[in-house]
Amino acid sequence: MKRWSRAGFAGVAATGALLLAACGSPAGAGGGAAGGDDAAPKTEELKVALITHAAPGDTFWDTIRAGAENAADLNNINLLYTSDPDGARQAQLVQQAVDQDVDGIVVTLAKADAMSGEVEKAIAAGIPVFSINAGEEEYKDLGILAHFGQNEFIAGQAAAEQLNDAGLKKAICVIQEQGHVGLEARCEGLADKFEGTSEVLYVQGTDMTNVSSTITSKLQTNKDIDAVLTLGAPFAMTAVDAISDAGSSAKLATTDLNPDVYAAIKDGTMLFGIDQQPFMQGYESVEAVRLFTDGGYVLGGGQAVLTGPAVVNADNAESVAAQFK
Amino acid sequence: MSTATAPKFDERVASGNLFTRFFTKPESGAATAAIVLAIMFAVVSPQFTQPESIATILYGASTVGIMAVGVSLLMIGGEVDLSAGVGVISSALSASLFMYWFGGNVWVGAIIGLVFSLLVGLINGWLLTKTKLSSFIITLATFFMLTGLNLGVTRLITGGVAAPSIANWPGFESAAAVFASDIPVFGVKVKITVFYWILLVIIATWILKRTRAGNWIFASGGAPDAARAVGVPVVRTKILLYMGVGFCAWLLGMHQLFAFKTVQSGEGIGNEFLYIIAAVVGGCLMTGGYGSAIGGAIGALIYGMALKGVVYAEWNPDWLKFFLGAMLLGATVLNFTLQRRAARGGKK
Repeated sequence: MKRWSRAGFAGVAATGALLLAACGSPAGAGGGAAGGDDAAPKTEELKVALITHAAPGDTFWDTIRAGAENAADLNNINLLYTSDPDGARQAQLVQQAVDQDVDGIVVTLAKADAMSGEVEKAIAAGIPVFSINAGEEEYKDLGILAHFGQNEFIAGQAAAEQLNDAGLKKAICVIQEQGHVGLEARCEGLADKFEGTSEVLYVQGTDMTNVSSTITSKLQTNKDIDAVLTLGAPFAMTAVDAISDAGSSAKLATTDLNPDVYAAIKDGTMLFGIDQQPFMQGYESVEAVRLFTDGGYVLGGGQAVLTGPAVVNADNAESVAAQFK
Repeated sequence: MSTATAPKFDERVASGNLFTRFFTKPESGAATAAIVLAIMFAVVSPQFTQPESIATILYGASTVGIMAVGVSLLMIGGEVDLSAGVGVISSALSASLFMYWFGGNVWVGAIIGLVFSLLVGLINGWLLTKTKLSSFIITLATFFMLTGLNLGVTRLITGGVAAPSIANWPGFESAAAVFASDIPVFGVKVKITVFYWILLVIIATWILKRTRAGNWIFASGGAPDAARAVGVPVVRTKILLYMGVGFCAWLLGMHQLFAFKTVQSGEGIGNEFLYIIAAVVGGCLMTGGYGSAIGGAIGALIYGMALKGVVYAEWNPDWLKFFLGAMLLGATVLNFTLQRRAARGGKK
């Protein structure tokens, strides 16, 4: 019978794709066999959901995930990582984690209001919840046990101090996502502590050509800008070229690092980087679930645990080399 | 495939005649695909078939499905609306910013939001019929304008990028009960949007199948010139279809506003494609003149199952979009293969 062949093919193709992908996760990703290679774990395995607002394929969030995976391996935890940039859909992922009866949830609260209902439900269901990265203002009100992240305003101030030390006078603060509260706060922190003048420049982070051309045109029209602060590693690397295209001698610095930025700091192309140590956010928060489950331990003494700002510049670059291999 | 633990669906024994009668309906192929998908996830993940999980899946589907109703009708009418995604956020923002600025009862804000959404629909439809440009261009323009308005006006009025919380305004409790409450069904909390979704699908189906307006929609999409020649009010029909999308956007916007109490001005971008995908997977043609509201609903359900199913199955989320694409492709191919086969047996 050839009647069903084509319809059958579609079904087979879809199923085949699913199987392929389900088996296609490399070892070490997606949790599963945890426990380490020393003695057999004395504790029973925990299931922890890490739910972020990351867009897929973002290097910064990959670092957070790597830290979380690392802690999961060491603490006999099966880590379920999910993410959705849309606040409403991220909230649904929390609901799903509750459905799955996990032993702990780690969330980012970039869209705290959208998340609040589901987070409170999770807490009411007796699941320990920790927040990372975004949500310093809101985490306590929601009943979240502890928060691991960077205070964005303080990070901006730290950048300002470095720029002051370099004797710079006119800065632009490049925001890659218009309407992102955390990024705005960094620029406010910069304006607060910076002894010169600073202004915000909005670029479209989803389009690198736009980032490049916007920075270039800004520098061409304002020749006296001598400092550029970007707020993400990929944008810093784009800014390097944009500054030279504009024929400007402005110094470049960034918040958030990656290996490329690290190399640029070492060779002097970039002045410094302000790191929030995303690896630590992922690591500490997943470990926190284990500590709380085993003994009720909570880190932070009721205050947010700050993982940054950590300044990386020519003086201390050697000491953090291992992070950016 | 191993044997499913889920309840087995009786597959109809399709005699040629029954098969043809069933599969010449626009939504039949999608329904088959949905069942295949449900069985697959039920096999892979026991969590998928738990009552709480089903409630979550339905909620996720309803937030796409509510919009897919309006968009399905619009696509049957031969047009698309790329501004539908941000339109949801615009509606919620217009309501909350109005309240923030003028004060008063949240219901007043809700009505303002409705007026705003209907107005956007009216403008979309009016521009379309006046300029004779394609709806792709017109609604792409309104998409950008609304995206900018969302951010610009929010910044102008509040100084920030999110609308302030409306939790303490008078009337909030009653509005939240209407737009964002949980309804217990057999002890499981189901979000009220699921019921609105079902209701909208019933109304839209009735319009399409039982009223003169329904015939006008099919005619306007299938053969607008011929329809105009025999006296179908094509212009009015298309404007009303856009206003219908506006109404759906308002309903979903109100849900977001009263469920989350505040709205981020940058959200909603990209969701318009989900609504179009739901309609197309459900059997609506991109060229218009063919489709059904139930199809769009099943399309939304397929999307909801795929998106949530990947999480319940604990698959690596890196592959989520790939799964989604593969499933949508599989569902659509299955749908149209069955339809073509049936069409050869019968005549449409």
